[in-house]
Amino acid sequence: MPYEAATHFAQTWGLALLTALFLAALFYAVWPANGATFNRAAHAPLDREADDDQA
Amino acid sequence: MGAAARSSQNRFDAFFIALIVFCALCYTIWGAARATDAAFEIQMWTAIIALLGGAFMLVGSVASGSNEDVRTKYQNDVIKAGVVASMFWGIAGFLVGVIIAFQLAFPNLFYFEQWGWTNFGRLRPLHTNAVIFAFGGNVLITTSFYVVQRTCRARLAGGLWPWFVFWGFQLVIVLAGTGYLLGVTQGKEYAELPWYTDIWLTIVWVAYLLVFLGTIWRRQEKHIYVANWFYLAFIVTVAMLHIINNLAIPVSFTGWFSYSLFSGVQDALTQWWYGHNAVGFFLTAGFLGIMYYFIPKQADRPVYSYRLSIIHFWALIFLYIWAGPHHLHYTALPQWAQTLGATFSIMLWMPSWGGMINGLMTLSGAWDKLRTDPVLRMLVVSVAFYGMSTFEGPVMSIRAVNSLSHYTDWTIGHVHSGALGWVGFVSFGALYCLTPWLWRRKGLFSAALVEWHFWLSTIGIVLYITSMWVAGVMQGLMWRAYNQFGFLEYAFVETVEAMHPYYIIRALGGTLFLLGALIMAYNLWRTATSDEPAQQRVGDAPVSGVAVAAE
Amino acid sequence: MWSFHRWFERHSLILLIGILVVVSIGGLVQITPLFFIESTIERVEGVRPYTPLELAGRQIYIREGCYVCHSQMIRPLRDEVERYGHYSLAAESMYDHPFQWGSKRSGPDLARVGGRYSDEWHRAHLEDPRAVVPESVMPPYAFLARKPLDLAQMGEHLRVNRVLRVPYTDAQLVNAAADARAQAEPLGEDAYDFSKRYPTADIRDFDGDPRRVTEMDALIAYLQMLGTGVDFEAFQAEAPDNQR
Repeated sequence: MPYEAATHFAQTWGLALLTALFLAALFYAVWPANGATFNRAAHAPLDREADDDQA
Repeated sequence: MGAAARSSQNRFDAFFIALIVFCALCYTIWGAARATDAAFEIQMWTAIIALLGGAFMLVGSVASGSNEDVRTKYQNDVIKAGVVASMFWGIAGFLVGVIIAFQLAFPNLFYFEQWGWTNFGRLRPLHTNAVIFAFGGNVLITTSFYVVQRTCRARLAGGLWPWFVFWGFQLVIVLAGTGYLLGVTQGKEYAELPWYTDIWLTIVWVAYLLVFLGTIWRRQEKHIYVANWFYLAFIVTVAMLHIINNLAIPVSFTGWFSYSLFSGVQDALTQWWYGHNAVGFFLTAGFLGIMYYFIPKQADRPVYSYRLSIIHFWALIFLYIWAGPHHLHYTALPQWAQTLGATFSIMLWMPSWGGMINGLMTLSGAWDKLRTDPVLRMLVVSVAFYGMSTFEGPVMSIRAVNSLSHYTDWTIGHVHSGALGWVGFVSFGALYCLTPWLWRRKGLFSAALVEWHFWLSTIGIVLYITSMWVAGVMQGLMWRAYNQFGFLEYAFVETVEAMHPYYIIRALGGTLFLLGALIMAYNLWRTATSDEPAQQRVGDAPVSGVAVAAE
Repeated sequence: MWSFHRWFERHSLILLIGILVVVSIGGLVQITPLFFIESTIERVEGVRPYTPLELAGRQIYIREGCYVCHSQMIRPLRDEVERYGHYSLAAESMYDHPFQWGSKRSGPDLARVGGRYSDEWHRAHLEDPRAVVPESVMPPYAFLARKPLDLAQMGEHLRVNRVLRVPYTDAQLVNAAADARAQAEPLGEDAYDFSKRYPTADIRDFDGDPRRVTEMDALIAYLQMLGTGVDFEAFQAEAPDNQR
């Protein structure tokens, strides 16, 4: 494969794909409706009940 | 699960592990009998002794029924063993580091003509592998087993398998370490393990992945906490890197030497794709998992921004993989690859600092705890060092900077600001947390000793990295210095001579760091063995004496 | 709308696959083209596979961890080219399994050390570096001169290299062990055959001990050929095929 063809693909479709992936992750992370889940998750390590060691 | 079902499951696990140990024994005995070189024979005998020891432990555990002990909700014993192993290998690795630092400072005193095995070239891989894989690896396995159980509220999956992972990994370390002294190496940095140890490590690693995943499958919470994402990324990516970079054909199945599948420029990029992501996934992603659990836990506050942690995660794991070629600037690697590597390395600064901000700002509103809680301070300072070295890294990946810094001790200084400051401190912090939690003590034996450890290590790190900065920049400038007649100003050996005082300062810094670790080991030992009434952490309080006795 | 990410959070296998996909992209884009973009390795004259003795020396170089302090990669920077010689080409390490470019210069670069010093210098320097260079921090390697070279597996070494597409001939494979001895015995009976099979290789008693072939012979033979292969008179750096 020639070098030029590889770089052409990388700079067009490759770039578009990676941008789309990035935006998807970004939108998900800042989407307001997800706030409640995140809040609950963030408190997971602090849950003292989870440390309870009784079988 | 009913007791009968659990018992048969346990027997099946024990049988399967016994099968692996048996196959390994058959191979090692055959290998020892037909060895084509002495080093391989010694390696095989070492493995035989270890495997026999493992077989005895397995039989003992099945016979006594201790593998079916589920009186506590979580599997803690393997984590306790991991704390001990981490501390042990940490001190061993730091000690070798101090020795080789003194070798470079005083070559006449620390080399022995009659012993090839004490030479720098053999001890250096021993040092790097001991601190990265033996110390770092044990810390990661140990903390991941702790964190995944608590955040999933589920007992570690696999019955005896976590023990297989633990002891199997210790065998990798012993084979690696003794092998390096014998000159058994693949000649690729941080991937020096010979082919047969590589295969054994792959088996152990797959078991590790399955134990970790199996525990996640048992979870009581729908959501998988973000620390586990980092651990999972660390486990699977390290597996991928390890397998591909170590593809090789052995010269003989009963000898240690092998030829790597790739050669020259392809081998170089594969190696640094591996090498840089050993940093990115072993020494960063895994330890970020520690950060995302232990800092919130010790500070008793949720992580600053969970949203940021998600972006942090995906951006970090995506970008890191590309950064390898910055180790090959100006080499025979095609320039397009060098440019890609540098570009992504600079972009990597963003998610790295995103993670740093997330860790540091978890303390917001509770900064006063840094004064009173030395363990928390250690964890937070580790994140500050992380921020510093993840800024320095992108700077050094810029071609112009790299043309000066590459091949010099600046690189060594950079690595150690990350390794001692970030990986070391975050590990120390986690072990300081784990010991009283696991051994059910009110707190550590002595907070004052933690203070001593903290300040000795910090001063040690500062001595180390500043001396290496100065030495590295000086070395780079001397190499390219021209005199008024247009000739190179210095012979190479003059640059070696100029390093002497800085090598001494570096060795002293390393000694202080080692001293701190010894104090820590003493402190943890006293904590675990103190006869102070056991238990304390609210949630961990047992109702009767039974659970305590079970420990 | 964004519920797809919940899969990642709630389904560990999907999270696992997501991670694998995301971490694979970089390696695929960077490493795989090196195998099929033709200009990755320059076209040069003169690079040949290692002789058995040099290959054994290379194994010792790897075993002793020389690569942790010595690079074999000269960068195209003015001072490096003046200090060490022509910058290194990818073609010069195309038979190196594994590569030994190194990452640190606690000692000088060795990519073109071949022919720079005499065998006697190397021997004295390896036995006691500070006897020759007082400021050196290099460890001593006197034990190499006392260790006879183990040639039992030499043929296998070449065979594995040929599987990896290093162009050894059948005759070179069959005579591997004899060739290793012959290269260090200029007056031996195999010297002539050896020089037929490896026309550009040096035949000398590298370690100054004519009685036997030692690891010192092998290591010095390897060091003395480093960087001597490429014919730079014939190398066209500006040719389109070599543009990268």
